[in-house]
Amino acid sequence: MSNNHVNSHILPEFKYYAPKTIQDAAILLSEHGSEAAPLAGGTDLLVRMKQGLAKPKVLVDLKYIPELKGIRRDEDAIWIGAATGLRVLERSDIVVEELPLLGQAVRAIGSVQVRNLGTIGGNLCNASPSADSASALLALDAEAQLVGPGGNRHLPLQKFFLGPRRTAIQRGELLVSVKAPLARAGIGSCFVKTARTSMDIASVNAAVALAVEDGLVAHCRIALGAVAPTPVRIDGAEAALLGNAPSDEKIEEAARLVGESVQPITDVRATAEYRRRVSMNLSRIALVTARGKMKGG
Amino acid sequence: MRVSIRINGRSRDFEVEPNELLINVLRDRVYCTGAKYGCGIGMCGACTVLLDGEAVLACLTLAVNADGSSVETIEGLAAGDQLHPLQHAFLEEGAVQCGYCTPGFIMVAKALLSENLNPTEAEIREYLKGNSCRCTGYVNIVKAVQRASEILGLDCSARGLCSDP
Repeated sequence: MSNNHVNSHILPEFKYYAPKTIQDAAILLSEHGSEAAPLAGGTDLLVRMKQGLAKPKVLVDLKYIPELKGIRRDEDAIWIGAATGLRVLERSDIVVEELPLLGQAVRAIGSVQVRNLGTIGGNLCNASPSADSASALLALDAEAQLVGPGGNRHLPLQKFFLGPRRTAIQRGELLVSVKAPLARAGIGSCFVKTARTSMDIASVNAAVALAVEDGLVAHCRIALGAVAPTPVRIDGAEAALLGNAPSDEKIEEAARLVGESVQPITDVRATAEYRRRVSMNLSRIALVTARGKMKGG
Repeated sequence: MRVSIRINGRSRDFEVEPNELLINVLRDRVYCTGAKYGCGIGMCGACTVLLDGEAVLACLTLAVNADGSSVETIEGLAAGDQLHPLQHAFLEEGAVQCGYCTPGFIMVAKALLSENLNPTEAEIREYLKGNSCRCTGYVNIVKAVQRASEILGLDCSARGLCSDP
């Protein structure tokens, strides 16, 4: 439906719950099934409701569940609560020090106002193929931690995204946190994005993480957004770099493989051909920049 | 649902519906009509207000989510007849044309200057990118924020509040 056929000033009616615990939220979401939608920052859901694209009868507000908020670090991983605000995240010392790639991607989302409202879990569960945080978290080997009637489970982020606006979350389940392993020493990373205007969603984004041992690439992650039905990692391009010196030629080869692997579509933001070309260029830029940020090796 | 919101320093209680937005409360209940209901989808920034000091979109904030919070709008900036330095600067630099976007710009600029009293032009443009001015007066808006940062900087050094001279 086009924006012109609805009044974006009117939010349709719904029943509102603000549970205080994960268990209560899971029960509410389970009871109301497909009529219910979890609400976090609202910057996607409320917009879709105003546009008539989402019609939940029940909203389960997750902002009042303390367990869903905050960023903590243990011996081998960083845990980010799903309802943690995007600006809280980008300003967190833990993120700045340990996950600079995620910080860079989150700062590329929307505006200050949008990031003051929006949450990391919302950005992921909205499952837009162009979600900026998703590409970065894919490149960081992150896992989604889910809680539901069947108990807890965790999924690598690659298995979490099923398609545009579709995730592996089942009825009554809730994304509780995202877990990212601590990066290996000396890793270099970079996030880049193109968009039509500063407030638009990405026409393509790319997140790269790179580390070398004895001059040879020992760790390589190349993830892209808005080039396929979900954010994707490009295994072939990663494999082309692994075990080789990260030379300009090898980076060029990896970028070419990215261009050959992506499955972009044509939409209002860009043509498929343009996205293919940009995905090659962004991958090259991100790889060269990440190489420059690596330490040691 | 009963909510209590502190608006420009004054606590108010409201009975609100779940689908009522903060912008509805501000404009229709307390007649603070500075914040504008622009695009309604988070693209224009005309509804920007400060919620517990942070710039947010009043058109995408449920009124129930403002319960227990402090909201600051353009109406709360001046102290009587004494304009806030940002308001002064917007006037002096001619940063106002039709005026529709101005309250949003001033409130987001206030959030910027409370975080960073001495922003570069690039930092100002980045922080203000969620606000649209369709008269396209961005150059003067950026100048106004720079001028306000100078006024506020002088003011705070005069009162001995700045660590840097």
